[in-house]
Amino acid sequence: MLRLFKKILTTGIVTENIKPVSRTEQGREDELERMGVEVKRLIDRKFAGSIAIRQVDAGSCNGCELEIHALNNPYYDIERFGIHFVASPRHADVLLVTGPVSRHMQAALLRTYQATPDPKWVVAVGDCAACGGEFGESYACCGAVSNVIPVDAVISGCPPTPLALMKGVLGMIKR
Amino acid sequence: MNDMNWTLSFERLLAAADVTVETLPPPSNNILLWQFSASDWQKLAEQARSYGLRWSAGWAIQEDNVFWVHALFEKQGIYLLTRSIIDYAKPELPSQSTVYPAANRSERHTQDMFGIKFTDHPDNRPWTRHKAWDRHDYPLRKDFAVQGRPEVITPPDTEYAFVKSYGAGTYEIPVGPVHAGIIEPGHFRFQAVGELILNLEERLGYVHKGVEKIAEGRNPEALARLAGRVSGDTTVGHCWAACMAMERAAKVDIPPRAALIRGILAERERIANHLGDIGAICNDVAFVFGQMQFTRLRENWLRTQAGIFGHRLLMDCVIPGGVKSDISAADCDAVKHDISRLRKELSDIITALDLNSSLEDRLYTAGYLSEDMAAAYGTVGYVGRASGQDFDVRRDAAYAPYDRVTVKVAMETQGDIASRLWIRYKEIMVSMKLIERFLGLLEPGDIVANWQVPEAGSLGLGIIDGWRGEIVSFVRFGADNLIDRFYPRDPSQLNWPALEKLVLNNIVPDFPVCNKSLNGSYSGNDL
Ligand code: SF4
Repeated sequence: MLRLFKKILTTGIVTENIKPVSRTEQGREDELERMGVEVKRLIDRKFAGSIAIRQVDAGSCNGCELEIHALNNPYYDIERFGIHFVASPRHADVLLVTGPVSRHMQAALLRTYQATPDPKWVVAVGDCAACGGEFGESYACCGAVSNVIPVDAVISGCPPTPLALMKGVLGMIKR
Repeated sequence: MNDMNWTLSFERLLAAADVTVETLPPPSNNILLWQFSASDWQKLAEQARSYGLRWSAGWAIQEDNVFWVHALFEKQGIYLLTRSIIDYAKPELPSQSTVYPAANRSERHTQDMFGIKFTDHPDNRPWTRHKAWDRHDYPLRKDFAVQGRPEVITPPDTEYAFVKSYGAGTYEIPVGPVHAGIIEPGHFRFQAVGELILNLEERLGYVHKGVEKIAEGRNPEALARLAGRVSGDTTVGHCWAACMAMERAAKVDIPPRAALIRGILAERERIANHLGDIGAICNDVAFVFGQMQFTRLRENWLRTQAGIFGHRLLMDCVIPGGVKSDISAADCDAVKHDISRLRKELSDIITALDLNSSLEDRLYTAGYLSEDMAAAYGTVGYVGRASGQDFDVRRDAAYAPYDRVTVKVAMETQGDIASRLWIRYKEIMVSMKLIERFLGLLEPGDIVANWQVPEAGSLGLGIIDGWRGEIVSFVRFGADNLIDRFYPRDPSQLNWPALEKLVLNNIVPDFPVCNKSLNGSYSGNDL
């Protein structure tokens, strides 16, 4: 137990203020930090302090999931902005959808969308969800998420980095 | 060295059993190609089983008016590719899954995709096909258009005949395809009494993306990109296996420097995934300290990758003929620094994990997979190695750059979740050593070989050890440097069935941690 506390203490807090990745990105990153604070205020006012996200894998290669997972690691800690992931679409304000919507997931995606209470937003995450990506449209895939359900925002990338994901989500809430 | 010896005595054994073998030119130096008549297909499996061969992969291809059906076996690092040719008009072949349970789902996949009937198959329900195509359509036949004829909304598959349980007090829990966490979709159906799991049935195929079909007609670069997305967490592994298959078909030798960089990429991928998995196992038993520490280590690791290789998950770093980018002396130092930092951190955290009694309580003896079961299902990678299956392609069928180093294969025999956790830790330690060795062997030189257009009909088989275990990638070229057939066999395909066994007699609330300890890829399985 003591070792455990020692490690916790020596590790300290690694959560970042979304620091600039490089000097050239300085301007953009500062903007993101400001946006975070702004969004937190917005969430506090409009959503009583928190916003709930349900992630739906509609045929992804699992690369996008790995990076969405990373949002919960201590560096990004997306919960500090009042954004958290929930287990049921019925508790969700936002659906994060990945993948080129495999036809075998089409009905499940539609049902998940219907089960999400209004008002709701859908974010298409990753190139596959944005346009079909490497898989496109075929006998097995519907392609872009917008071919199946209405999409409010798109975060491209293969997969989008956690930083891109944060910016995308924060940007959407701000709109 | 008992090298090729077993193949000779196995050939004699087959002859004694009245099975005729036609030996064909080998596709590469540690893979033999033997052809059998359809009527001998099952007998071959029986002999192979009794001789201790492991069933590794199965796939078909269409060639004009016939189908070539393949089964790949392995023993002592020597691969035996077997083939039988059957008629398009009457596509039937005796099933091998009565002998090898590992062949079960693979044959059902071939049945759904090609319309080949495996007679006497113990379970001929569809596997990959739900409702996206008609039961009389077969996507991998040449006359099936890649766009198919899908309905506007593909209905869910409600006809699948799940195993039912009867009797007072037993009840069913259907879970998925959409799960509670950030995880891939699949359906699990439990039969339970109280909290105890009596039976589990997996139903996968939800993320079937038609990978094999959309691979057809691609050039080597485009195939490499697709292979890198068969399973995103194994992007280096699959991309490497597919490139190796194409390189063997095209008779291209990659430069030594490229091989070493591939090795570094693959071992980094292994470490990244193992770190994430250990964290996730801790999370599933509510040991948040472990989860936070390991996800932090993983994030550090990915950031180095983004800095050096330009991609956090290393996508598209392996290309046909070599690797996309070189690493500088400064990069090598950064990699070394990364390793010494990780070693130091792990030595603190692992002792804390090891001494934690609540973790011990949850992980020891839970999710037990016996050695016999692991062998019967042909499980590979850390799942197999945690249950005594001493096999690693890197050591037993070494390919460049592993042929230049000694690979120590981590082993456990307990077969429980704890074993599958500790084996990951041991593999991380081994991988760090390997990366250091590869760095030491680096010499200036090319990082990509000139491509040579292979003759139409050239075959290639790439077999490597990905972080989940043995990956098999089959490629056949058509005319003009374009792919005619691609089949990737993810290790998950062999490991998934083991989950149905290892959860038995565990409690339902322990399913997530059992599942995580195996961590099969849905995408890699469903293709
Ligand atoms: S966008 Fe890229 S990482 Fe995401 S699911 Fe598609 S292929 Fe995978």
